[in-house]
Amino acid sequence: MLKVNDIHTFYGQIEALKGISLEVQEGEIVTLIGANGAGKSTTLKTISGALAPKHGSIEFEGGIISGMPIHKVTQKGVIQVPEGRRIFARMTVTENLEMGAFLRSDKDGIKDDMDRVFEMFPRLRERAGQKGGTLSGGEQQMLAMARGIMARPKLLMLDEPSMGLAPVIVELIFETIVELNKSGSTILLVEQNAAMALAIADRGYVLETGTIKLTGPGKDLLQNEEVRKAYLGET
Amino acid sequence: MGGSKMDIRTSVSTTKMSRTKMALLALAGLAVVFVPVVFQGMGQIFMVRIMAVIGLYVMLALGLNIVVGYAGLLDLGYIAFYAMGAYVGILSAEVISHVWPALAPFSYFISLPIAALAAAATGIALGTPVLRLRGDYLAIVTLGFGEIVRIVITNDAGGLTNGAAGLPRAGQMITSPFGLQWLIDNARFTGFGLDFAFSNNLYWYFIIVLLCCLTVFVVRRLDDSRLGRSWVAMREDEVAAASVGINITVAKLWAFSLGALWGGVAGVTFANFQQFVSPESFTFMESVFIVCIIVLGGMGSIPGAILGAIIIQGVPELIRGLANSGIVKLTAEQASLIGNYRFLVFGLLMVVMMANRPQGFLPSKRRAMELAPEDEKVLAEENQSLYDVEHQTETSDHDL
Repeated sequence: MLKVNDIHTFYGQIEALKGISLEVQEGEIVTLIGANGAGKSTTLKTISGALAPKHGSIEFEGGIISGMPIHKVTQKGVIQVPEGRRIFARMTVTENLEMGAFLRSDKDGIKDDMDRVFEMFPRLRERAGQKGGTLSGGEQQMLAMARGIMARPKLLMLDEPSMGLAPVIVELIFETIVELNKSGSTILLVEQNAAMALAIADRGYVLETGTIKLTGPGKDLLQNEEVRKAYLGET
Repeated sequence: MGGSKMDIRTSVSTTKMSRTKMALLALAGLAVVFVPVVFQGMGQIFMVRIMAVIGLYVMLALGLNIVVGYAGLLDLGYIAFYAMGAYVGILSAEVISHVWPALAPFSYFISLPIAALAAAATGIALGTPVLRLRGDYLAIVTLGFGEIVRIVITNDAGGLTNGAAGLPRAGQMITSPFGLQWLIDNARFTGFGLDFAFSNNLYWYFIIVLLCCLTVFVVRRLDDSRLGRSWVAMREDEVAAASVGINITVAKLWAFSLGALWGGVAGVTFANFQQFVSPESFTFMESVFIVCIIVLGGMGSIPGAILGAIIIQGVPELIRGLANSGIVKLTAEQASLIGNYRFLVFGLLMVVMMANRPQGFLPSKRRAMELAPEDEKVLAEENQSLYDVEHQTETSDHDL
């Protein structure tokens, strides 16, 4: 479905990605893990169009999407739930969700999906008329994900969904990711919380200073000694 | 989470007008039509002129509102589009009158769309290089743009603008528009203590009113449109807006060009109403006044723009006009002194407004949500409980 071929992305003179290649098959959960500055978010931003790779290409469903602006990539069905949530703080929860469906015109479908995300996150239904900025961190993360779902993504990319959240909420978020995947969404997940991410992922990629160091099924990586030492805090 | 949470429900979607509101609107409509007629009948022509000028500023404020209020792009050079409309309007009308003399009485109506499109094109020309700028940087560039346009006009660009002497050139005239002479000859009556005869001023006043109505209609439609929603999203967070599929470039250019378009419409009408334009009318201060109108009235709000225009443009003109007509016993010097003090008064007014009512007199519902001070308090409260949630995970007595 998604194929990233040897991308190199620069921040000015600094080469943040030194040739990343990865693949996401339809129906999978794929996770990118790694330390701070390894290039996880940069990879996601390059796929979503926020950054353009200097070399290499990104293919989605057989078409090249590298070099496209964000909104074009979104039109293709690759939806990013950005780092730091970036919800519309002054819009109500409902309006945020409506914005998520900005590119859609099927009113009935939008309504159905709205009900669906409210079922997924009952908390958001309670807060439907409240401004996004007044939600708690966890609720905002739910809203950001729900907004992504409203776009009917073919591929949903989540950037650090657990960042800064209480463990209880992190668990809820991860449960939702699994649920979403079961109902047919393909997911590319970037996480600091390597243990939880690998536990739910079909496959994982371990990034280190802009290159892919290891790759394999999530469960295998979880058992891998190097990974355990470097990212799961074992000695 | 804390128990003292306020449930802020919002109703941004348009509600049906109540009966009282409809009645008020009808009353205002009648006043807009008949008050100038009465003034004209009383021979108080300056009042008609003031009302026309207010109308022009309503149009300008509504146009700038698209850029500042809806799209959130602070434009301090808006008057450049007004100037563009005025000069392109007069010049194109001149060309039309020369090439097809038969069309001369219609030259305003033909030059109106030309001037509007020219202004819109200027808007895109300004918008393209400043796409990446926001906030103060954008304000500075637009300010510079406004000055450049004025200076270019003052320097008789291409031999077209006649420099500081203005247009039309000496010995030339703007052709009297279609129907005006007929109205002057036929639309007259005496009675009720009035001696009414139709005039040039009244003609342009009604054209301006019609254009204002058109502007209000278009702006309202814009507000409810997809484009309007994408502006709201863009104003909040450009990255998030792009990630839901909004083309930021296109949305910004639409804002600049649509805003500029109304500036152009107002400009060409102003030129015809005044029968004369010179660069003096397009100073930086004028841009500031239009921004003041919006801020004072309430950003993104149509009634706010109208009220703001009445306060900022109407009141000083009224004082000056009353003095000139001898209704108020002031010498000309005193009257112009009052006119000059308006900068001081408005400055003070703006400071007081920003401190006490930053959302303006008649804010749009959404903007009120964004700026109302009590909201900040709620926000602070909510942030506090968010902090609690994230830092007291051990006790886990929070409900999330």
